[in-house]
Amino acid sequence: MSAAECPICGAELTLGDDLVAGELLECADCGTELEVESTEPVVVSEAPTEQEDWGE
Amino acid sequence: MRIGFLHSLIRPDEKMLLAELKKRSDLDLEMIDVRKMHFHLGADRFNVDVAVERCINHSRAVHALRLFESAGIPCVNSYHVGNICGDKLLTSAALLDAGLPQPEVRVAFTEETALEAIEEMGYPVVLKPAVGSWGRLLSKINDRDAAESILEHKSILGSYHHSIFYIQKYVEKPGRDIRGFVVGDECIASIYRTSKHWITNTARGATAESCPMTDELHSICVRAADAVGGGVVAVDLLETDDGFLVNEVNYTMEFKNSVSVTGVNIPGRIVDHVVSVARPAVV
Repeated sequence: MSAAECPICGAELTLGDDLVAGELLECADCGTELEVESTEPVVVSEAPTEQEDWGE
Repeated sequence: MRIGFLHSLIRPDEKMLLAELKKRSDLDLEMIDVRKMHFHLGADRFNVDVAVERCINHSRAVHALRLFESAGIPCVNSYHVGNICGDKLLTSAALLDAGLPQPEVRVAFTEETALEAIEEMGYPVVLKPAVGSWGRLLSKINDRDAAESILEHKSILGSYHHSIFYIQKYVEKPGRDIRGFVVGDECIASIYRTSKHWITNTARGATAESCPMTDELHSICVRAADAVGGGVVAVDLLETDDGFLVNEVNYTMEFKNSVSVTGVNIPGRIVDHVVSVARPAVV
């Protein structure tokens, strides 16, 4: 699985082997919450902000 | 058997469920990101035997469930359960119908009648959005000044559903509430959610600790689950001198903090249940 950079600060992201599309990650450097758009190749973007109907 | 996994964002809870699904060699998993779909009513044919719903948005979840069920796919949870549990007013009505104890609830549709209801109930009360989660936008109202201010703010600044005023009598808690995890006809685990704050959601910083299961706890959790239609739900209870009160029932339950403290493989039990409700194989 290829590496990826944080689209906000450019830091290299630590990615697990079981990465799935839609997964939430947090950039260890800048703390931005990110969403995995795709896994092959790995593309990440800033995660959507919390909405009013999110939850259980 | 083909399992459809309805999702949007994948959180640790979903990762734990996916890990359990991938352990079962007899299951084929199809990831279905509802944000990337469009639906054709009456024409959709989904090639799965059952769908497990794990969308983070309530509105997307219930509508996707309705569409999958329309196409003949059994879902966990069902549209009916999602619709009831996603709305606190509908949940309270279902609990009432089933004769289950809950905090006093009043509902009003205008600022004026909401204030009348609150004054009749006496302070403090908790004003909750009928649709919402994670302890978001809950207001503990201690006096008339606060009531007037919050009701005005909700009326002017809130979207339309904030003018459905769901008002609950505040129940003093011993620094915690109880969450029971129900799968099918069994309450498989329970936790205390402990916090110094009056809001005891783990999403708001409460800590999860194991809570011993009792017959009373098991019974009320299963009855509450049945009241909303059954399936896989998390029942939140308040402890009082007169016994438990059912506070909320959650249908896309979060369990990531509860597996290690209870020692129960909650996602594994969910997968067992999902398999049990799948449509029979066509021979």
